[in-house]
Amino acid sequence: MHSGISILFAGQNFSRLLGGLWISAKISIVSLVIGIALGILLGALRTVKNPILRVILRLYLEFFRIVPTVVLLFLFYYILPKNFNVNLNAQAVAMLVFALWVGAEMSDIVRGALISVPQHQCEAGIAIGLNGPQLFRYVLLPQAIGLMIPATINLMTRVIKTTSLLLLISVMDVINIGQQIIEANRQTHPDGAFWVYGLIFILYFLLCYPLSAWARHLERQQDNNA
Amino acid sequence: MATPLLQVEHLEKSYGDVHILHDINLTVATGSVTVLLGPSGSGKSTLIRCLNGLEDFQSGQLTFSGEPVTPSPKVWQKLRQKIGMVFQSYDLFPNLTVLDNILLGPLKVQHRAKAEAKEQAIKLLKEVGLADYQDSYPRQLSGGQKQRIAIVRALALNPDFMLFDEVTASLDPEMVRGVLEVLRNLAQQKMTMLVVTHEMNFAREIADQVVFLEEGHILEVTPGKQFFENPQTERAQIFLNSMDF
Amino acid sequence: MSWIVIQQSVPVFAQAFWLTLKLSFYGIIGAIILGLIASFLRYFKVPVLRQISAVYTEVSRNTPLLIQLFFIYYAFPEIGIKMSATAAGISGLIFLGGSYMAEAIFGGLKGVAKIQVESGLAIGLSRWQLARYVVFPQGLTLSVPAIAANVIFLIKETSIFTVIAIPELTNTALDQIGLYYHTDESLFVLVIAYAIILIPLSLILTWLERRARRGAFGN
Repeated sequence: MHSGISILFAGQNFSRLLGGLWISAKISIVSLVIGIALGILLGALRTVKNPILRVILRLYLEFFRIVPTVVLLFLFYYILPKNFNVNLNAQAVAMLVFALWVGAEMSDIVRGALISVPQHQCEAGIAIGLNGPQLFRYVLLPQAIGLMIPATINLMTRVIKTTSLLLLISVMDVINIGQQIIEANRQTHPDGAFWVYGLIFILYFLLCYPLSAWARHLERQQDNNA
Repeated sequence: MATPLLQVEHLEKSYGDVHILHDINLTVATGSVTVLLGPSGSGKSTLIRCLNGLEDFQSGQLTFSGEPVTPSPKVWQKLRQKIGMVFQSYDLFPNLTVLDNILLGPLKVQHRAKAEAKEQAIKLLKEVGLADYQDSYPRQLSGGQKQRIAIVRALALNPDFMLFDEVTASLDPEMVRGVLEVLRNLAQQKMTMLVVTHEMNFAREIADQVVFLEEGHILEVTPGKQFFENPQTERAQIFLNSMDF
Repeated sequence: MSWIVIQQSVPVFAQAFWLTLKLSFYGIIGAIILGLIASFLRYFKVPVLRQISAVYTEVSRNTPLLIQLFFIYYAFPEIGIKMSATAAGISGLIFLGGSYMAEAIFGGLKGVAKIQVESGLAIGLSRWQLARYVVFPQGLTLSVPAIAANVIFLIKETSIFTVIAIPELTNTALDQIGLYYHTDESLFVLVIAYAIILIPLSLILTWLERRARRGAFGN
């Protein structure tokens, strides 16, 4: 009997797995770009002293925080077509859910960074006649951005890890393809699961580790400068 | 002449390329009060921290009670029971009550009997006027009270030598007096002390000798009275003129 | 949405609710113990074991729970380690959570002021005594908000147990949808069930964070 490692490289298997990984990567990138932009906007709005706006944005954040991502995926996957007659394919549903989730998490990161800029910086800006958006653009954002970056990178790794859930709404991601390969070779290579899941494990690690090492490096730099 | 309690010879200290202390030579006689003066950044705190091993140094010899000190974590841990230190920021352990703060060293480090250690702790608390606070937590106390308790915590180990690193510098003016009073009493009881302070009137009153430090060099070591009336160096005169007292 | 359907599904969900709580409880307790051990090894710079725990932390934090579970449940039997789905789920949660708890705890230990360590040294405490009486009591208190945040995170992660067919809340909802097509009702009950567990915890977390910002001890 051959070792199951051979099925990784048999036929098109390896490139099929990488193709699945690319789908996960694509969904991550799209949802991060949209979600981060949304999060910056919502984060800035959360510092505005309007009680109604605050409550709405806080509820939005808490909803996406409290409901597990798996459940969010199912909510959108089942309820959009059935109750709102919106028919999106599974990949689009995933992008939408992840973008809204990233937006919620990002708004909290942005808000946290903005309120950590000392009050007198704002006052100094107001004193030279800056209006609200100018204050945000020239005083607050440049000072807050350094604080936001490590947390944002960590959020990226969370999104990448969460793409493992795509399997559950039948996206042809790397894990789904891996399962197919294991099934197809169950007779000849009963130990296929070990090698296929092992490879996927390593692939995820290779995507996430450099990002989290980078975030930690930046955090350390900030600690040293503080 | 009796053996000095502490002798420092040719001590050199740097952080990387920055030379902090240059050829420090210093003798502290048993039962005397040495005041370390100098502008901020002159290396006073670094020197005092070298004397109980919180900072290491590159070369030089310390001799404590006639015994040469070979610096190592074990040696310092033993010596620190003989050398008490009080810091500028009142640094009580916030997770422990006043009494537990004081008893931590005597019970856990020196393994003394609880009853005896407690009796001594309460006696010391009475001397600093805080006997009623033994069960309070540090957060319930004022800065001056915390600092007096930090002193008691150091004294509870029955040290031979006390180091005071600007112990009144973070206190509100009305709190300073109570803390200085405690130091004054210690001096009267012939505790050997090394004091870094900016309270010049207090320094003049209490110092047996003044060590004047500038940019990491000891510029002069002069008996207390004489230093304030007639310092040997021009730098010290300039320093004294700049101080408001 | 039909109230009768919701009412009829309550007993099934109640069972899943307790299972989710039970699995979370074991996983979280295990994760805290593992996290304590890992931060201990790191704090005391124990040779070799410390490097092993650093590698573990990186692997655990940089891979998804789902694939960790697949590996434990489907790949481990091939090298002779067989366990039930429930045991695999709890093991996976401990493997994942241990590194998050270690970061939270070590972060607290690092947050203990330098002057506290120095004043401990100044009264002659040994490294062990310093840890026992000063650094760990204060550091663990500082890490409580981060630990609480991880508790919420780990409870949510139990939803992924559905992939190895553990009948917790999410799995139960999917079952109900698959069996009876009660999609709206099942998802509604599912969200409510998580809300019942997580909203109180989230409020506690907010309170803890606020208290920590004000300084639980003061100084």
